[in-house]
Amino acid sequence: MFGRFVAVAGGLALLAACSHSPEPAPGGPGGPMGPGGISSSRFGPGSQQDLASTAGDRVFFDYDQVDIKTEGQQTLRRQAEWLRRYPNISVTIEGHCDERGTREYNLALGERRAQAVKNVLVALGIPASRIQTISYGKERPEIPHSDDASYAQNRRGVTTVN
Amino acid sequence: MRGNHRFLFAAKGIFAIVLLFLAGPAFAQLRLDVTRGKVEPMPIAIPAFAGGGGEEAQTGRELAQVISADLERSGLFRPLDPKSFIQTVSAGEGPRFGDWRQINAQALVSGTVVGQGDGRSRVEFRLWDVFAEQQLAGFAYTTTRQNWRRIAHIIADEIYKRITGEDGYFDSRIVYIAESGPAEKREKRLALMDQDAANHQYLTDGRALVLTPRFSPSAQEITYLSYAQGTPRVYLRNIDSGQQEALGDFPGMTFAPRFSPEGNRIVFSRTENGASNIYVLDLRTRRPSRLTEGNSIDTTPSYSPDGSKIVFNSDRGGSQQLYVMDASGGEARRISFGSGKYGTPVWSPRGDLIAFTKIDGGSFYIGVMRPDGSGERLLTQDFLVEGPTWAPNGRVLMYFRQGRSGGRAASSRLYSIDLTGGNQREIGTPGDASDPAWSPLLR
Repeated sequence: MFGRFVAVAGGLALLAACSHSPEPAPGGPGGPMGPGGISSSRFGPGSQQDLASTAGDRVFFDYDQVDIKTEGQQTLRRQAEWLRRYPNISVTIEGHCDERGTREYNLALGERRAQAVKNVLVALGIPASRIQTISYGKERPEIPHSDDASYAQNRRGVTTVN
Repeated sequence: MRGNHRFLFAAKGIFAIVLLFLAGPAFAQLRLDVTRGKVEPMPIAIPAFAGGGGEEAQTGRELAQVISADLERSGLFRPLDPKSFIQTVSAGEGPRFGDWRQINAQALVSGTVVGQGDGRSRVEFRLWDVFAEQQLAGFAYTTTRQNWRRIAHIIADEIYKRITGEDGYFDSRIVYIAESGPAEKREKRLALMDQDAANHQYLTDGRALVLTPRFSPSAQEITYLSYAQGTPRVYLRNIDSGQQEALGDFPGMTFAPRFSPEGNRIVFSRTENGASNIYVLDLRTRRPSRLTEGNSIDTTPSYSPDGSKIVFNSDRGGSQQLYVMDASGGEARRISFGSGKYGTPVWSPRGDLIAFTKIDGGSFYIGVMRPDGSGERLLTQDFLVEGPTWAPNGRVLMYFRQGRSGGRAASSRLYSIDLTGGNQREIGTPGDASDPAWSPLLR
C-alpha cells in the first residue's frame, strides 16, 4: 500500500516535469479514485498511465472495419516513439468490437483489429516480438451504453503494457 | 434401433425400460398434424400417477406435473386442469372414457408408481385415445427415485411421439453461459440444466471468461471457449468428471468449436496474422488439418448431420455471409443472399434446414433457410437475438435475446421458439443467460 503511494507521488512529479507531453488521449483510462479522490494506480515512467497520457493508448475503428484512421495513425506514431523510449517493455494489443455483431465473428474481427494495430507499430520499427495480440470481441465494452457514440468508443484497439 | 438404446442404458444400471403393452390398432387415429403452420393444442388429461405410500404418491403427483409442463411448453398440447377431472384413476383400474369425454379430453395419460423395496421404483404409464377408447402406448420403467424427472421427460417424449409422429425432445439438457455483473466486466460461467431449467448447476466459477459451449453427440462432453490461460482457446470438458483440457497447441486464438456428428472431431476457427481460418482436429490422433485458406474471417463452422458438409460464416465476399463446403474443405458455395449480414449458422439435426443469426437495418433476427439457401424465413427479431441451437428433433430452436432499456442493453435471457415462428417461451434461468446449446436426447 505504502509503495503504491510512493509510485503515485513519483508519477505526479514526473508528469509535472514533463511539459512537452501531448494532450491526453480521448477515453484513456483514469485510475480508480479511492476515498478522498486519491488515485492509487501506478503512474510511473513506462506504465500504462504513462503510455495513455503521453501517446494515447487506443485507436478507434468504424463499424465492421479494421482500417486505422488518420487520428489513429498519429496515436500509433506516438506509441512507437514511446515504445522506443522503453525498449524493455512489451505490450499486448487488445482488439474490441461494439455489441452490434455476432459473438464469434466479433472475436475474429477484434483479432483483426489488434493485428492491424500491431502491423502499424511493426512498420514503424517496433519488433514484432514485443507485441502480442488478444481479441475480446464484444465481451469488454468500455462504455456500457447502447448508442452510436458509445459504440464508437467500444470499437477500439488498446495497447496495454505487459 | 430404439430397443437397443434402452438395453444399453439398462446395462449402465441407470434404468430398465420394458415395452409393456403393444400399441393397439388405433395407433394412427389420434394424431396431431404438426406440419401445418398453426396447430390447435390437443386437450390431454394427465392425472397424478397412482402411488401406494406417501412418497410414492408424491412422486406420482410430480411425474404428472413435469409431463404436463413439458407437453404444455411444446405448444402442441393443452393439459387440462386436474380440478376438472371426474375420475380418480387408481392402480389396476381402467379409465372410464365417458368421464374423460365429458371434460373434452382427447388423450388421457394414466400411470402408477410402485416402490420395489430396493430403493428403486417401477413407473408404468399408458396413453389412451379417449374417443376410440383404446390404448396408444404403454411402458414401464424401473429406476432409482432420484431419476424420476428423467422418467417424466421420457414419458413426455413417448406421448409427443405417439401423438405427433415426430421424435420428442424433453429428455435433454441445455448448456449455456450464465452472466452477471456490469457489461464492462461481465462475469460468465458455464452452466448446465435440464431442458425445462430444472437441475441447474454451474460448471465453472467465473474467474475465467468462457463463451459458446456446445455438446458432444454423446452429451457427455462439451467444447467451449475459455480465456483461462490468457489467450482465448478451445477447451474440451467432461461433464461428469469435470476434467478439462485445452484443445491442441496453437500460437493464436482458437474459437467457435463444434463437434462432428460422430463426436470424433472438433471443427473450429484459428487466427493467424489477423485472418481466421477453419480447422478440424481429430480427437484420436490429435492432428489438426486446415479446411479454409486466405485472409478472410471464416468462422462458426457447423456440420451437416451426415457429416459430409460444413456450413460456416465468412466475409470473403466483402460482408458476413453463409457458405457451404465439403467436410474436407475446398470450394465453398455462398448460400445467403438476402439483405444484411448472416452469422452463426447451425445445421438442423434433421438436415433439412440451417438456422442463423441475421443483422439487418439495426435489428437482429433468428431465421432458417434450406441448405441450398432457398426458403429463408425469419422467426423472431429484437435489439439482439443471437446464437440459435436446435432441439434434438429439429422442430424447436433456442437462442438468447436482449432487449434495450434506458439506452442500455437490458438483461439477456434464453428463449425457445417453434420452427413455425410461434410459441416463443422464456427459459427460466436463475439469472442472465446467453449462448445456449441443446444436447441430443440423453438416451
